[in-house]
Amino acid sequence: MANEVILLDFWPSMFGMRTRIALREKGVEFEYREEDLRNKSPLLLQMNPIHKKIPVLIHNGKPVNESIIQVQYIDEVWSHKNPILPSDPYLRAQARFWADFIDKKLYDAQRKVWATKGEEQEAGKKDFIEILKTLESELGDKPYFSGDDFGYVDIALIGFYTWFPAYEKFANFSIESEVPKLIAWVKKCLQRESVAKSLPDPEKVTEFVSELRKKFVPE
Amino acid sequence: MANDQVILLDYWPSMFGMRTKMALAEKGVKYEYKETDPWVKTPLLIEMNPIHKKIPVLIHNGKPICESLIQLEYIDEVWSDASPILPSDPYQKSRARFWAEFIDKKFYDPSWKVWATMGEEHAAVKKELLEHFKTLETELGDKPYYGGEVFGYLDIALMGYYSWFKAMEKFGEFSIETEFPILTTWTKRCLERESVVKALADSDRIIEYVYVLRKKFGAA
Repeated sequence: MANEVILLDFWPSMFGMRTRIALREKGVEFEYREEDLRNKSPLLLQMNPIHKKIPVLIHNGKPVNESIIQVQYIDEVWSHKNPILPSDPYLRAQARFWADFIDKKLYDAQRKVWATKGEEQEAGKKDFIEILKTLESELGDKPYFSGDDFGYVDIALIGFYTWFPAYEKFANFSIESEVPKLIAWVKKCLQRESVAKSLPDPEKVTEFVSELRKKFVPE
Repeated sequence: MANDQVILLDYWPSMFGMRTKMALAEKGVKYEYKETDPWVKTPLLIEMNPIHKKIPVLIHNGKPICESLIQLEYIDEVWSDASPILPSDPYQKSRARFWAEFIDKKFYDPSWKVWATMGEEHAAVKKELLEHFKTLETELGDKPYYGGEVFGYLDIALMGYYSWFKAMEKFGEFSIETEFPILTTWTKRCLERESVVKALADSDRIIEYVYVLRKKFGAA
């Protein structure tokens, strides 16, 4: 088919990073369109009228919304190369479970780490570390979350890494000290071209988060 | 599958458990239902769902699958010879997943807060709930089912909540039939299916249960 693939995205979004990685894993050429979230484009509002959020994947004019749904869509449409989800139904269910866990637990927890202060931040940091430890336990000694191959859960989680220095800076702790195996996993993932090309410089993310934090925690 | 052992840890009023029951029935899968009060963390529940410790948990040949929507996909993939739950087309599948997630992420909160809150908060919650009902009705449009001609994933996802509609109406002081006639027609169509009817808890019993919960939540 004649493939027109557009990704409406915002560069520091860990959700957009998932879709970027998935497309690159499949060797799909796409047009990246940066959205200004303070001035959303008519196309974004048209393509995601319910949530009005990025990322939006537009494939031959049709929108697919929600990053984790986009990753599954990409896996199904371009199914000939680098499978993202395992073929075994039980392993697929497990991968979906952990991606769901990340979306339900990790995102909210990380927000408290950089967007709050004082006791609320300390409690948030504790929660965040606990969640990372749960994920590290699940990873265990495997190179990737579903075993030998980079896949769905790795894609779901790796984008958060670019925010790690910001968390460390604003909550004053070391993630590597807490979850060394998880950081080793991060380094392995970063060796993949699809990941390296899709993730922004963590320093730039930290600058971005610094500005963002000013809105939530007046100095 | 020969010699399949299928167990469902569930709690009778759970809209999430009702989904899984419908899906299993749609596939003609025999299973053992184990009533599991989620407030009482039994060793089996903790073992099978150590992360969330919630029901429903589907246990297939000793292995646990947690989260109702994940269970639906699993059931569809494992018993793939029986009537499909998800569309095969990737785009249609993505739309089904999107709306099911909408139900759990957006619709769920006001759906219980409408009977658990009072005053100004209640008014805001009711407004939000009605908006979400309208959104879901609009998405249905004039199709007989959410997936088109065939009962499937999204119908199961939303019909799981059907038993609670009466409680929403009572405490929200609105009528679904009056406000959302197209959605009402759809519910009646779904209720013609044995898989749906057998999976659903009695609406009046849910209302009694809500009175109990409201005391716990301090909304009485």
